[in-house]
Amino acid sequence: MALAIGVLTSCGVWLVLRPRTFQVLMGLALLAYGVNLFIFSMGSLSVGAEPIIRAGVPPDLLHYTDPLPQALVLTAIVISFATTALFLVVLLASRGLTDSDHVDGEEERP
Amino acid sequence: MSAPSGPLMPHLIALPVLLPLVAAALLLLIHESRHRVKAAVGIAATIGNLVVATTLLVIVNAGGGPVAIGIYLPSNWAAPFGIVLAVDRVTSLMLVLTGVVSVAAALFSAGRWHRAGVHYHTLFQIQLVGVNGAFLTGDLFNLFVFFEVMLAASYGLLLHGSGTLRVRAGLKYIAFNLLASSLLLVGIAILYGVTGTLNFADIAQKIPQIPPSDRGLLHAGAAILGVAVLAKAAMWPLNFWLAAAYSAAAAPVAAVFVILTKVGVYTMLRLWTLLLSTEPGASVPFGSDALIVGGLATLFFGAIGMLASQQLRRVAGYSMIISSGTSLAVIGVGDETLIGAALFYLVGSTLASCALYLLAELIERSRAIDAAPPIREHESDRLPFRLETRDRFAEGADDEGRPGTAIPAATSFLGLSFVACALMIAGLPPLSGFVAKFAMLGALLDPATGSPTTYVAMAAMRTTLLVSLLASGLLSTIALTRAGLRHFWAPHERAPPRLRLVECAPVAALLMICASLAVYADPALRYSREAAQGLVDPARYIDSVMSATVVPAPSASRIPTSAAR
Repeated sequence: MALAIGVLTSCGVWLVLRPRTFQVLMGLALLAYGVNLFIFSMGSLSVGAEPIIRAGVPPDLLHYTDPLPQALVLTAIVISFATTALFLVVLLASRGLTDSDHVDGEEERP
Repeated sequence: MSAPSGPLMPHLIALPVLLPLVAAALLLLIHESRHRVKAAVGIAATIGNLVVATTLLVIVNAGGGPVAIGIYLPSNWAAPFGIVLAVDRVTSLMLVLTGVVSVAAALFSAGRWHRAGVHYHTLFQIQLVGVNGAFLTGDLFNLFVFFEVMLAASYGLLLHGSGTLRVRAGLKYIAFNLLASSLLLVGIAILYGVTGTLNFADIAQKIPQIPPSDRGLLHAGAAILGVAVLAKAAMWPLNFWLAAAYSAAAAPVAAVFVILTKVGVYTMLRLWTLLLSTEPGASVPFGSDALIVGGLATLFFGAIGMLASQQLRRVAGYSMIISSGTSLAVIGVGDETLIGAALFYLVGSTLASCALYLLAELIERSRAIDAAPPIREHESDRLPFRLETRDRFAEGADDEGRPGTAIPAATSFLGLSFVACALMIAGLPPLSGFVAKFAMLGALLDPATGSPTTYVAMAAMRTTLLVSLLASGLLSTIALTRAGLRHFWAPHERAPPRLRLVECAPVAALLMICASLAVYADPALRYSREAAQGLVDPARYIDSVMSATVVPAPSASRIPTSAAR
């Protein structure tokens, strides 16, 4: 899990620092995935446990998974998805207006 | 010192979020061709928002006691489980500030800008939802959500009017803010992992119980969260995008964006005083050195940038950065009197930056009067309410028979407003900028105000802050004087600018508020000191949030008909 987050985040950071807008977009998307996994893992991951309290089982984190990170991550997914989509639109507008997909809107001088 | 009460009281707290939200929904339904109606609804909603905010401020202030707090539980769950909206003096102050700025910007945009693209007023209202929510919220995750609402609207507003420059600036702005949001989420997740809660007050209670082994993690989480918030507050290495993005935005939009940096500053203030002051064993809150140094760096960056910039809008942007830097450094020092003075300064400087943005638009339009109009307008739209200024009117021009050109009314209005803005930003008398700076310097010089956090390095920091406040005042005076000379005194052979009442009124109103802040400096300063007291001593805030009572469910006996049948 930690490895997956690490790989996603490092790829994301590398891509965000690239000069092409589409690479930046992909980088932001990867970063968002990494962050979402991170939030998820912060609430003590447990396999096969559910967040609904049943009768007869003591209500603690040994027997249940924490429901809050799931709610948080759901919100975070929606928001990051929406903002990434918005970024894509701006990216296309920028491409159309400047005829270049460089983040500065103009090609580097060699 | 009971909780603030009033006929509408607990529910009034939710209104600053609900009112713009409803207005935005309403505005979506009105067709785009009906500008007037849309503008009227938008302006009415912002004015209503200002009224609600002012009422809240009055109620909270009348609540008495050293710290007056109103709590609203939107979902009627008790504090650490449900979400909380909390309003105290600082919050209501910021709400009123937002209200004033948004009314000014909405009025200004009714002049012409709102026609430059679709859904302007809707986005404007949603922006208000986000800003007000971020001020009101009492838990970390809602802070994130409101930040995102605010940012999503601001992306749309920044691109409002389109154009290559805006799209280019907007691209960086969006990318940067998406990154900052990711960092914010990471910070929130770490804090949740360490403390097991998201409620500000609950976190503040839990922090003393955290074992020393987890303290590093807590600090890491707080630092990451801090970086994300500081990116919004425009702290030095994180503010390279700001001047470019804000100067590319339409003037009323830039004026509202002034508030966005203040959201960052407010969040910093709230989180730092609340979360990290309860930590045992540390003489100063974690990270205050970084805040002071970063604030000072921001201050100098702003001052030098101001000196270097040619466009008036960039000057306005850098003046905002200076204001952020000052506030951040002061938060780092963290004295009660000092924070009180800084809050007063924050209000004045926000209003002044906002006025300067609006003014810059008017001035630059008057300079570029022969050039093509900067925005595409519908051909059917005649510009309404043009305040025709008389061309070189001769009234009172020469009593002594000396041929001379009188200054046209519009130019003199622009000039006087510019002088007022410059005085506010540079902190010269007689406006409230001076009072604020004087109060801050006084608090810095007075060793008696030193809280237990005073130590040797802090004394050096205070001296540095003192010197840099004065230096930044000097630098901004130079920069603004130069800009003023270039724009007003240099001889220009051109017709006097044409201004419209609806665009002049907001600028004049903002500056009038600045002036009245100077006149009523005493009550205003007392209020901000009391607000600062509430921040420095968070125990009462924590108590009120945690002890907020749930409204009991209506019992069966009180619903007679449905139960009886």
